[in-house]
Amino acid sequence: MHDSQAVTVMEHEAHNPALVHQFSDEKQQKNAASLGMWLFLVTEIMFFGGMFCAYLIYRLTYFNAFAAGSQQLNIWLGATNTAVLIVSSVTVVLAVKAAEAGKRKLLVGYLVVTVLLGMTFLVIKGFEYKEKFEKHHVPGSTFNFTEKFDDNGKQIPVNSKEAELFFSLYFVMTGMHAIHMIIGCVLFTGLAILAWKGHYTSSYFTPIENGGLYWHLVDIIWIYLFPLLYLISRHS
Amino acid sequence: MSEHEEHTTHSQGFYLAIGILLLILTATTVGAAFVNLGAFNPVVALLIATIKATLVVLFFMHVKGASEKLTGAVVASGFFFLMILLVLSLADYLTRSLP
Repeated sequence: MHDSQAVTVMEHEAHNPALVHQFSDEKQQKNAASLGMWLFLVTEIMFFGGMFCAYLIYRLTYFNAFAAGSQQLNIWLGATNTAVLIVSSVTVVLAVKAAEAGKRKLLVGYLVVTVLLGMTFLVIKGFEYKEKFEKHHVPGSTFNFTEKFDDNGKQIPVNSKEAELFFSLYFVMTGMHAIHMIIGCVLFTGLAILAWKGHYTSSYFTPIENGGLYWHLVDIIWIYLFPLLYLISRHS
Repeated sequence: MSEHEEHTTHSQGFYLAIGILLLILTATTVGAAFVNLGAFNPVVALLIATIKATLVVLFFMHVKGASEKLTGAVVASGFFFLMILLVLSLADYLTRSLP
């Protein structure tokens, strides 16, 4: 052990208290945290991937009922929610940029706006769910879905059990996504409080970056949920 | 360790431009859903979704310009395993009706 090296390390640690002792420098610590976050995101991709796979296979198998179910979804509420999430992703990257620049109040502002946008998404989603309850499109004993109308107003019979499967997948997929949104809102509220207290500096803002990665992934899942559930069966 | 590697973020205008591009793509995919393209409706919708997701991964999640190549490898492996799940499963179900 060279004394000079030990002294340098100690000086470094004193310089940035956020650097924990198992890492040799800030860059290594940051890369390790980022790698761990990405590994977690990969497990999330596989988790939602299983549901996407189930949806695609059942859509192939019960095409008619899935198209009929999809046509009952409110495309405008879905589109609005997509836009809300995209804007929230922009505020998240601007938050990371504000953190990097060490602008504390700007960072808190962007984090708060992100949480508000996340809550807006959940409220709109709530109105969609309310509509589903009113139309008896929620799987269970009150589920009722037997027919659809084609472009000429002609009745086409739909297998109720198959349509129920569509709405089951709809509620599981959007529900799991909504739970991720709720977790994201709680997470970002916590980050906003810590940012307000000055926990993050321009040399240490890894939680903001990794929280941002999570938020973007939840956004990407919605980017795929929206066309698969709302858009691709409009003319089927 | 160049100065460039320290700052992976882009300018505020760049992020706003990507955000506006994502909103335009959303409007496009909603518009395309009202046009009857037959079998190409799902193709167009999923293609636009993939473009949007790629923009988010590369520029918002900073995979492009990441100093650590391992991050890129993890992202690519995640995509690879997702493709094994989806492509192999659908390769089975899509071809069952064939003779």
